[in-house]
Amino acid sequence: MMDKALSVRLLRDMLLIRKVEEGIAERYPQGKMRCPTHLSIGQEAAAVAVGAALETADLAISTHRAHAHYLAKGGRAPQMLAEIYGKVTGCCRGRGGSMHLTDRTAGFVGSTAIVGNSLPIGTGLALSLQLKKSRQIAAIFFGDGCTEEGAFYESANFAIVRNLPALFVCENNLYSVYSPLSVRQPAGREIYKMVQGLGMPSAIVDGNDIDAAYAAAMAAIEHVRSGKGPFFLELTTYRWREHCGPNFDNDIGYRTEEEFLAWKARDPVASYEARLQQQGVPTEELAALHTQLDAEVLAAFEFAETSPFPDQSEAFSDVYTDKEVSPS
Amino acid sequence: MSRQITFAKAINECLHQSMAEDPNVIVYGLGVTDPKSIFGTTAGLEARFGKERVFDMPTAENAMTGVAIGAAIEGIRPVMVHQRLDFFLLAMDQLVNGAAKWRYMFGGQDSVPITIRLIMGRGWGQGPTHSQNLQAWFAHIPGLKVVMPASAEDAKGLLAASIFDDDPVLFLEHRWLHNVHGDVPETLNRTPLGKARLVREGDAVTIVGMSYMTVEAIRAADFLSNLGIHCEVLDLRTIRPLDWDAVFASVSRTGRLLALDTGHATGSVAGEIVARVAMECWGKLKAAPQRIAMPDFPEGTSPALTKGYHPRAEHIVDAVARMLGRTIDASPLGAQRGYPHDVPGDWFNGPF
Repeated sequence: MMDKALSVRLLRDMLLIRKVEEGIAERYPQGKMRCPTHLSIGQEAAAVAVGAALETADLAISTHRAHAHYLAKGGRAPQMLAEIYGKVTGCCRGRGGSMHLTDRTAGFVGSTAIVGNSLPIGTGLALSLQLKKSRQIAAIFFGDGCTEEGAFYESANFAIVRNLPALFVCENNLYSVYSPLSVRQPAGREIYKMVQGLGMPSAIVDGNDIDAAYAAAMAAIEHVRSGKGPFFLELTTYRWREHCGPNFDNDIGYRTEEEFLAWKARDPVASYEARLQQQGVPTEELAALHTQLDAEVLAAFEFAETSPFPDQSEAFSDVYTDKEVSPS
Repeated sequence: MSRQITFAKAINECLHQSMAEDPNVIVYGLGVTDPKSIFGTTAGLEARFGKERVFDMPTAENAMTGVAIGAAIEGIRPVMVHQRLDFFLLAMDQLVNGAAKWRYMFGGQDSVPITIRLIMGRGWGQGPTHSQNLQAWFAHIPGLKVVMPASAEDAKGLLAASIFDDDPVLFLEHRWLHNVHGDVPETLNRTPLGKARLVREGDAVTIVGMSYMTVEAIRAADFLSNLGIHCEVLDLRTIRPLDWDAVFASVSRTGRLLALDTGHATGSVAGEIVARVAMECWGKLKAAPQRIAMPDFPEGTSPALTKGYHPRAEHIVDAVARMLGRTIDASPLGAQRGYPHDVPGDWFNGPF
């Protein structure tokens, strides 16, 4: 067993994500969260493994499905939820919504909505860290779909050429929206092996097994931080709910109920909680953790719901840094 | 102290002095460290500032733009260069979805101080994809600044302002200007973005120019001046922000507007100027506003296809004459040029 405090921390981080995401799914039909929202339920372990292995000062960047990465890196839940509710207390003051999250206090620089868009930006973060001779690294979260974008090859290539402190974190959840890997990449390709062909060392790990994933993330981060250049870590996992929105969609025909159930049986959160229980973490301690997180999440939703909307005049501020320059 | 140097040398000098002034300024782009050093504009930078701050790059225009964004968010001031604007079109995602939006999208907490130098060709076989002047595209995007110097002095001063500006700036260099000489201060001065330059004063017609078209506007204005017709020539310097106050003030004085553009007519900056002047200065106008821009079809490669394609001083004179109801023979302007129609002067022998 890992260090108990660490194990409980990993469970706690996963549970927080699960509870926040379930909370969103439950409330989404109320129509108060009026933006496209991509839930991470089922993928918590991959995010937490890397998020917990990074230091707070390390930088991270992500994609449209970023809730888990933001929270795992230490981003504040109330500010994230307020952002999704479009409130002025949101992490982007209501400008970004679910797909644009940031918490600089946690080193979570941002997430962006266009597939592949944040890969070069994360690579640029790594360049800045190298130029400043920092020991920090930049973690770039993305999905299997991103590895089909030109921006991925361009970013990976530059990171290799310049030996940048960049960790490429690929969550392979088998689907890009509703398109399975089989129609997107040749049969038999293993993404992490392909990346080795580019010249970047890589590894693959079960992204639903937090202990294994955490160990792999620690090794990958050690590689990057020690100045050996970029590293590609592939984590296999599965998105439980629809691509965008709160519902289950196994009935619409792009994947099977059987496939979903097989992955659900490997629930990264519940399985880890059971493992910790087996390993002697007292039931009362786990129950207390649930109680504490339930209260935390409820308070975060209350913060979001009761926060004010931004003033309409904020619609056209911050287009430029220079206040003298009007938008038109 | 100032002395005569070329536009290209002014850019080179600006890069040297900016990098010396601020260790966070870095310069990269395809060819930056090669023997031709981007028409001489990046000469000596690598030797002086080292391979970390000055480097050639992979042929990856899109990602390398994102790299600039990421570095800029963390305090670096990247200056990126493309030998033709047309190559940069691969980077529209990073430019439009990334650089332009970042500050707004994340609630105003981070700025993206990047400068992207884009060189635009014209004539001498540059053809459909080495000659595009797409300032109107860029100016359409909130969050971007668009700079188009016309003189050597402005090349230095506006580039310095761009590098030290906290927002993303597209710095558009016309290839026909690289060899233009002018008085340039030895010191590094920042010429404010958004302030037009009054190049010639007059009362007949306001000619609004940008980049290379300002050069043709000055030729036309000086020709007309000898005939007793004094035009006001306003060099925009920056397309966004655009100095509307200067445009409206000048048109209010002259009552006539001729807007020039180095890009295609439809959807052009000149079209926007005509529209805004019609809206804001209607009561002061003595004639319908006019514009001269590139035709609405691509530039052909063969010199036979580019005859008459590019607006020159004689076309400006013709337009001014029509607005004033005068008949003026502008043909001496063309006859004065002792070189082919598709080059800026004897100095340009291609290939690029």
